[in-house]
Amino acid sequence: MITASAVTSSVATRKHAPPPSVRLGALALACIAVALATLGVGAVRVEQPRAIEALFGHGTIDQVRIIRDYELPRILMAFLVGTGLAVSGTVCQSVLRNPLAAPDILGVVKGAALGVVFLLLVYPTAAVSYLPLAAFVGGLFAWAVVYLCAYRRGVTTPARLVLVGVAVTALCESIIRYVLIDQSQGIGTALVWLTGSLAATDMSRVWETSLWVAVIVPLVVACASRLDVIGLGDDLAHGLGVAVERTRWFTLLLAVLLASACVAVAGSMLFVGLIAPHIARRFVGSRHAVLLPAAAAVGTLMLLVADGVGRGADPPVELPAGMVTVAIGVPYFVYVLSRPL
Amino acid sequence: MRLSASDLALSYGDLAVAESLSIEVPDGQISAVIGPNGSGKSTLLRALSRLLKPTGGEVILDGKTISAYSTREVARRLAILPQMPLTPESITVEELVAYGRFARRRLIGAMQDDDRRAIEWALEVTATTELRDRSVEQLSGGQRQRAWIALVLAQGTDLVLLDEPTTFLDIAFQLEVLELLRRLNEREGKTIVMVLHDVNAACEYSHHLFALREGKLIAQGHPRDVLTAELIRDVFGIDAHIVAHPSSGAPMCVPIAPANGGAVDSPPIARLTV
Repeated sequence: MITASAVTSSVATRKHAPPPSVRLGALALACIAVALATLGVGAVRVEQPRAIEALFGHGTIDQVRIIRDYELPRILMAFLVGTGLAVSGTVCQSVLRNPLAAPDILGVVKGAALGVVFLLLVYPTAAVSYLPLAAFVGGLFAWAVVYLCAYRRGVTTPARLVLVGVAVTALCESIIRYVLIDQSQGIGTALVWLTGSLAATDMSRVWETSLWVAVIVPLVVACASRLDVIGLGDDLAHGLGVAVERTRWFTLLLAVLLASACVAVAGSMLFVGLIAPHIARRFVGSRHAVLLPAAAAVGTLMLLVADGVGRGADPPVELPAGMVTVAIGVPYFVYVLSRPL
Repeated sequence: MRLSASDLALSYGDLAVAESLSIEVPDGQISAVIGPNGSGKSTLLRALSRLLKPTGGEVILDGKTISAYSTREVARRLAILPQMPLTPESITVEELVAYGRFARRRLIGAMQDDDRRAIEWALEVTATTELRDRSVEQLSGGQRQRAWIALVLAQGTDLVLLDEPTTFLDIAFQLEVLELLRRLNEREGKTIVMVLHDVNAACEYSHHLFALREGKLIAQGHPRDVLTAELIRDVFGIDAHIVAHPSSGAPMCVPIAPANGGAVDSPPIARLTV
């Protein structure tokens, strides 16, 4: 006779700790709490509980406008981009079986930057609204180059994908630098944008991005048990019934689409995709059915905190969230890693 | 006979491992594949389990060429434990064993009763039930190997292939794993094919030996019938006494050091880098 708790099982070595579902719930609540807490923080401060009231349309016209048109899109975008980058990073780490993997290692992020730089080079007067499209195309193109170069005799291997990815990333980087030196005018805008910030967000961007996240994240979750099994190595995964190569390219393509969509709207928040999965793994273990949502929650929290601190630290000056993510993320990450499991 | 191979040509890239290899795996028995390093033992096992596509010939599983099955269908008929699988970070024994149900489970949805039963049975028969909540990373070598075997048993196939299941284990753990395989064969009727380096263990625990050298089948049959000093010389290039195991009577090979103390006159072997 098996009890339900024995079947859902506990996180390794923590027999009496709360089950993963409880931990997931706690992470989700934390996201909502932080989102509400950072509401109203910024150049024009709206005190709580006014800020929450304004969200529901109560208060002065100015307050409602600041909260609804300016702050709400940013917070929603933090949810979308945090989820997207963290899920994308989790897939990369699992499929490539490399704890240092993240979308940037596959050339996606630098490819996106190169796409933007090229657009501004060819059409210096291009509207800012075309930048995401250029970033998206650049990221996908870089990934296509990486996959095709790593492909040999019907298969890729994680090591080849990572090596080619690093090479393509370096190539994109050097082209960007060359262009920068050659004609720095105008490209600066692109680079500032690419440091990573949620500042330029509005509701239409939120809808666009939410479409990507809403389609791709469920597809990734549907692959959760395949991702679990791939962690046992290609041969054993194959023996257990997973078509490894097909799963690899499909899930990596999803990861790349997701990362490109996020980088396109929020710039390169490099760190989120790399460390959110690690922190999540410490919380809930490595089964993807719980790891993916946990990573999404951790990524969201990171961006909410980073954006909130960026807005509130030194108003009216705003620090880009990408910078704050690193400043806060690194010490916390080192702390998490230094603790025993 | 459920699993056989006819006229297999096997290669890794440009390196040919076998040109025309045919074997028939006897049902309900334990078969052991022996041979020197690079003789194609593991390669043969990988071809038998569709991990490696032969460049010629075919593997027949249940009357059909194995390439005609989907990956999932193969996994429902045959389980393979490769050498040195990877251990994912922070995963419990029970979670690991549950992965064995992948091919049987629907794409989305909770575990069914037969999944739970298969997992419980696999834990029980490998004596890992008490370890179910332990992290795989914390297990000793023998415990870990039992957990891996539980994983492939949870697949619920009658055909189980294992690539060097005793490598890196001390003799006590080796014995434990081999006894487990014998019990699975005797009580559960599993057909087992294992690659073994240890010729004596192969003779003690198998009903059928396949002796390979350079991708060719040199001899096959019951250990008592095929293990001779000539075979050891042919296959490994060394001289050996063949004696009977003091208690079981199975043949054992006791190598004789070459008189000159120098290099063994070993057959040329294609070294593999895979």
